[in-house]
Formats: sequence, C-alpha cells, structure tokens
Amino acid sequence: MRPISLMAVPLTSSISRNSETRVTTAKRIHDTQMKRSRVIPGFGLSLGIVLTSLSLIVLIPLSALVFKAAGVGPSGFWYIASSPRVIKALHVSFETSLFAALFNAPVGLLIAFVLHRYRFPGRAILNAAIDLPFALPTAVAGISLAAVYGPHGPLGSVFAGLGIKTAFNPTGITIALIFIGLPFVVRTVQPVIDEIERETEEAAALLGATPFRTFLSIIFPAILPALLTGFALALARGVGEYGSVIFIAGNLPMISEIAPLLIVIKLEEFDYGGATVIGTLMLVISFALLFGINLLERSARKHFGHD
Amino acid sequence: MTEIQLKDPMRDPIGWKKEDERPRLDGGPIVAGLLISLTAILIIGIIGLPLFAVFAAVLTAGAAEISATLTDPDTLAALRLTLLIAAIAVPTNGLIGLAAAWAVTKYEFPGKTLLMALIDIPFSVSPVVAGLVYVLLFGAQGLFGSWLDAHNIKIIFAVPGIALATLFVTFPFVARELIPLMQAHGKLDEEAALTLGASGWTVLFRITLPKAKWGLLYGLLLCNARAMGEFGAVSVVSGHIRGLTNTLPLHVEVLYNEYQFKASFIVASLLASLALVTLILKSAVEYFGRDAEATNPIIEAQN
Amino acid sequence: MPVGVTVDHIQKQFAGGFRALRGATLEIKPGELLALLGPSGSGKTTLLRLIAGLEVADDGIIRFDDVDAQSLTLRERGIGFVFQHYALFRHMSVFENVAFGLRSRPRSTRPSSEAIKNRVNDLLDLMQLPDIGHRFPAQLSGGQRQRVALARALAIEPRVLLLDEPFGALDAKVRHDLRKWLRHIHDKTGYTTIFVTHDQDEALEIADRVAIFRTGQVEQIGTPRDLLNHPVNNFVSEFLAETKQRSDYSTLAS
Repeated sequence: MRPISLMAVPLTSSISRNSETRVTTAKRIHDTQMKRSRVIPGFGLSLGIVLTSLSLIVLIPLSALVFKAAGVGPSGFWYIASSPRVIKALHVSFETSLFAALFNAPVGLLIAFVLHRYRFPGRAILNAAIDLPFALPTAVAGISLAAVYGPHGPLGSVFAGLGIKTAFNPTGITIALIFIGLPFVVRTVQPVIDEIERETEEAAALLGATPFRTFLSIIFPAILPALLTGFALALARGVGEYGSVIFIAGNLPMISEIAPLLIVIKLEEFDYGGATVIGTLMLVISFALLFGINLLERSARKHFGHD
Repeated sequence: MTEIQLKDPMRDPIGWKKEDERPRLDGGPIVAGLLISLTAILIIGIIGLPLFAVFAAVLTAGAAEISATLTDPDTLAALRLTLLIAAIAVPTNGLIGLAAAWAVTKYEFPGKTLLMALIDIPFSVSPVVAGLVYVLLFGAQGLFGSWLDAHNIKIIFAVPGIALATLFVTFPFVARELIPLMQAHGKLDEEAALTLGASGWTVLFRITLPKAKWGLLYGLLLCNARAMGEFGAVSVVSGHIRGLTNTLPLHVEVLYNEYQFKASFIVASLLASLALVTLILKSAVEYFGRDAEATNPIIEAQN
Repeated sequence: MPVGVTVDHIQKQFAGGFRALRGATLEIKPGELLALLGPSGSGKTTLLRLIAGLEVADDGIIRFDDVDAQSLTLRERGIGFVFQHYALFRHMSVFENVAFGLRSRPRSTRPSSEAIKNRVNDLLDLMQLPDIGHRFPAQLSGGQRQRVALARALAIEPRVLLLDEPFGALDAKVRHDLRKWLRHIHDKTGYTTIFVTHDQDEALEIADRVAIFRTGQVEQIGTPRDLLNHPVNNFVSEFLAETKQRSDYSTLAS
C-alpha cells in the first residue's frame, strides 16, 4: 500500500497582500477572488460532503475520547496511566512492534530488492502474495498464526524442538506483527527502488564498483528514507494491532497482554475511565508516529527530490 | 572489459540466463539463485504458511462438516450482517472519497493539507480505539447514552454501532487512491469540457470518472476487504450477541473460543477466500489500469 | 454574427504575488484574427484564459459586444478554446470528442443526433480529416489531434474562438503548414479569433492585427505592417527585429 503521501502535497498560500495597491482595493480583489475563483463547479457540494462526513464519522467521535479523558482529570489520568498493568501493556505492545519492525526492515528490503532486480518463474505470484496480510481479516490471520506457531503447529513444533516457545508469549506477538508489518515495508520501498535509474548502477559498475559496493553506496542511500518510512508504518500498525495478536499472544496480564486488549477488558469491566486513558495514550502514540513519518517523507523529498 | 550492451534489463531476464556481455550488476547467477531462493522461502514461510493453515483445516474436513458449519443459522446470520455492513460502508465511503478527491484536486483553498491529514487519521488509529470512541459516544455511560436510552435507540451492541465503527476504519481508503490519481490527471480535461458548455455533473460523469475508474475500483475493493474483515473496532461495539451482532470475523472468534476449531477454520476460510479474490481482482485492476495509462499517456499542460 | 471583445484595464495577480496583468486594455474587432504576441510571462495566455473564463480577474472589465463577460459563468460564455496540448478526451473517439459540446447542451437546446452527426462530419471534412471519426486520440498524430481540438471548439458555434499556442507542441514543418491553414479556416468560418503565440513569424504572417505584450500590458496593437514600420518603442522594434530583417514582406497578411 502506498505511504501517506497525501500530506506532502504542498498547500498553496493565500493571496499575498501587494504593497503597491491600497488596502481597500486589495481587500476588494481578495473578496472577489475568494467568491469567484472556483471556475470548476461543485466546490461547495464536494467540500460540504467531506467536512460533514469527516466531522460526523471521525472528528466528533474522536473528540468524545478527548472529552472523556478530560473528565477523568489530570490526577486520575496519571493514576491510571502509571499503574503497572497499563505501563506493562503499552510496553509489550511497543516492544513487540519494534522487534517486528526491526525484523521486517532488512527482510522487506531484501524482498523488494530481489523482486525488482530479478525475473524468475513465480515472481508475479510472490509479489501479489505480499499484500495478503493487508487483505486478510485480522481474526483469520490470528487463528492461523496461532495454528502455525502453536506448540503443535508446523513451525511451532520445530522451534519448540530448538527450545524456543513461539506462542502464548511476547515472542508469539512479535511473530504475528512480523506477518502484519511485512507488506508495509515492501510496498513502501518497492516504488523507490524501481525508480533508481539503471544507468546509474551501470555507471557505478563501469567505474569499477562491485555489486556489493554499488548496493551500499548507490542503492541503499536512495532507498533509506523509504525504508525508514516503511519501518515507521509497520511500527505504527503493530502498536495498535488487535485481531491478529490476541489468539497467539496468551494474553497474560503483565506478561503478554497488549494495550488494545487491556482497553477491551476495561470496557467489559465498565471501567470507561481506564479504557479512555489507555485509548488516549495510544492515540497520542499514533499521532506522534504519524508526525514522525510525515517529517521523514518531507525530508526525503527535499534531499532526494523524488516526484 | 567485455563489450557492454545497455539494454533495458527489465526486458532481459537476469538470473536464470547467462549474459556475458552485461556488466556484473547482479553478482552472478549463484548469488541470484541464493537471493531468489531466500526470498521465496521467506515469503512462503512468513505469509504463505498461515494462509495454508486456514485451508488445510477445510481440506481435511468432510463435506458434511463443511456444509453443516456454513449453513448453521448463526453463521448465516453473521454472513448476512457482514454483507449488510459492507453494503453500507463501501458505497458511503466511496462517495465521500470521491467528493474529497474532487475538492482537493480541483480547487485551492486554505487548510487543504490539514484536511488531507484529517482524512488519513482512521488509517493510523488502532481499530480498538476506533470502537472505543463510539462506545464513549453512544454507550451506556457515553455522552449520549442516557438520551439514546430514553428514546429507546440502540447504537452500541447493535447494527448501527457496527456500521459506524466500520465507516470509521474504512473512511480513507477510496480517498487515498483517488487523490494522487486525480492529481496526476490534472484539471485540463475538465476545463476543456466546461468551455464546451458541459455542466458540472456532465464533467464528473463523462470526463473525470471514466479517467479515474480503475483507481476508484481499486479503492472500493480495498474498502470492501477491510469492511468485511474488520475485527477490532467491531469487536468493541458489537456486544457479541450471537445471531444478531456478530459479523463473520467475530463469529470466527466465537467458534474458536468455544474450542470448535474446525468450524472456526471453515468460516475463516470463507473470509480467506474473499481475501484471495480481492488480491486477484486487485492485480487485474492494476494490470488494466496500467494498460489504460500506457496507451493514453498523460500530457501535463504547461501553463 | 461575429462578436467584438473589449478588454479594459484588466488586473490579475496570482497566488504567490506574481502580477500577470497590470491594466491590460485592448479592443478586438468582430470577425478579426488577432494574435497576442510577447515573451514568456508577459500575460498573453493569462488574458486568453480570462476571456475564456478559466481564470477570474482581480479588476477590470471584459465585454462581448455589450454583454459583461464576467457576469457569465465559464459554461455560459460560449467560448471555443483550443489548448496547447489539445486536451482531447482520451477515452472518447474523435467523433465523440467533437460532438461533446453539442451533446452537453440542455435538452431544450440540444440538436437531434442526426443534426449532431452531420455537423461533426462537416467539421471533420473542413479539417481535412474525413474518415477518422471512429479513431481515438492516441492513434492520431499531433497535427491531427490539434485539428480535432479545433473542430471540437468550432462545433459549439462559439462567440469567440481562442487558441493558446495552438502549434507550440508540433514540429516546425507541421507548424508552418497548419498556420496557413488556420488562416484559411478563419476566412471560411468568420469567427472572431484570438490566438496566443510567442512565435513572431506565425503572428505576423497570418493575423489581421497583432497585440504585443510586455510584463502584463499591451505595448502596441496594429496590423503587421504598422508594427514593423511604426514600432511605438524600442521594445517592439527589437522584439520584431528578426522578422524585420527579412526584406520580403509579401508573406504578411495585409
């Protein structure tokens, strides 16, 4: 899937006040501009639909969270947020996502590189398969991952033989998040790798660079921003993941309990306040990651000038 | 140094055929073979195995068991609900996405960047949080809880709540596909059509949509896959009332938690088949869409 | 009946501060073929787009005979516009492209499909493209596409015909042939026609009058001979210097 490149579209600045014209004329021109500059019809309707639906479906519900969080009060908020179980749950979610994303970065890079560089039988199918974790319902992914990596599963038993438990513990969570996050890295890196001009690599080779050196000094620097973006996207997705994780996680409080699950538990206990606090924290983390991704993309655009 | 042929490598396969004239950019056939095998193993191992596990359960079950599971009233109810939710969410968000793309790509206005960031919010929020916000709004202890109760309107633990939560998580899908596409198409054709006297609706239906149809289809496809498969958000708002507020993914969980593993996997394979169909259609759309763009190159106006 | 166009002290400033037009004024006679000539950024394309209604002026008046153009929406102005890059609808055939304007009319004023068919075929014949109605733009050469774009604009019987660097995207030989042919079409159809170009030869060769633009204003407007013989200032004479060097003025429209 494409990265969040919507946000990199530059916003045209509103009309600057020309110092030559008098204030009244400038205002009149500006007002005329604002009123009649929509040459193509449909501005009011389209913007109206978007703003209304955005408010009703996304913004107002989100504000309910903020409202409720405010209602808990700063001391109440801190009390819940600092409770050991909440901290541990957030820790589990974040740590497993981090490890999964760290695994996915090099693996995703390798896959993107191989799919770009080589043609071989089955390439198209393997390429299409990358999207599976994205298209598969999370509950389906969840139970099948539990089956594969559970103690009696094909891979679970192999790992168990090596003394590694791959289910009902944080390791299982990490494995599930690897499954979920892989497409994010591959699909973010692929378009950038494809863009690298063949001639650039040939030039490097002509100048005597070995393939390895070409990769290091030509290809890798160019795709690094995309790789980081994919990493961050996988990380952000992993922190909030629920369905694919809860079947394989074991869900033991203080050990393998993820933050989204804790929210669900709090709701079932009618502890709306608790759920709100954790939800708010997760929202803040999401936005922080989102912001970071946006900055990454902006600086990538500046330094590498990709279209 | 052997003579170098600067042919487009993407048309000349590397890896399984030896090309002596080409400078060694790929490390040679041995390295190629190793990397390709490693990649295949990784993809099959990480992604393929879980998929296989889903269908393995189906393949080992008898026809009787399969039909019993699929015709079970709770399963059918879950299927109906899933289809209903998709029928609500996909057209609605398709329309909203189209409106968003039109507003963003045909006009300049202050706050455009902010608008696009806001549209993207559901994409980055945890699905459980998406469900949570609706519970906080319409649940028993929610902001509107008592009002709804007084008027005997059920949103949480009922179909409307599920629809809303699904609308939330699938909100950006169509917009995300259409906006970059329509941005690349520009406004020139629309301006030309307007000078010829076409109304705004004519321009939309006869000029803009035909150009954007593959992107729209793609977005609707992804929206549908997510709408049918959504678990976390729906789980929070649904109440898990068997036969009433369980979608197919929730039903999978219910069966699994009751240790009816076979049945759970059978229903799961239904959803997995949907995912596979989505992937196939997605590839088809990419293929046709790319074809359409290739034979009709986009010429950007230089104003 | 051909229409006259009045442009009076038009101001246009773009977001970011660039002033494209600073009080441009000119009078376009009904039925004439007028060239807007000048260097890049001089405002000629902006003025064309303002007349068409594709942009909105900050200040100033535009009139079609007695009608205030700026009170009309883009759709109401009845302008035929030929874009530099044709803007043909790629998913429609040539026939459908040319017929588009007529088919888009509200039912009350829409001609019958028979009438539309005849008009489209007549126009394609006029453009010397008799048998390509079923083809798609991607299958045509640049010169053919431009002629289809012109046919499309003429189909709606425009008040005024506007062309924005119509031959800019074509190679030199095609450009040369098409410019003569544009003059011929103008003589046959009689519409008031305004075209933008940065190519002096093109302007001086076929236009009835030429308006020279410079940084958002009209420096001089007159027949090609007037401009060459009586340039109003150094800018005009230097801008036309190349053409002036050719002693043979016989190719000029008089």
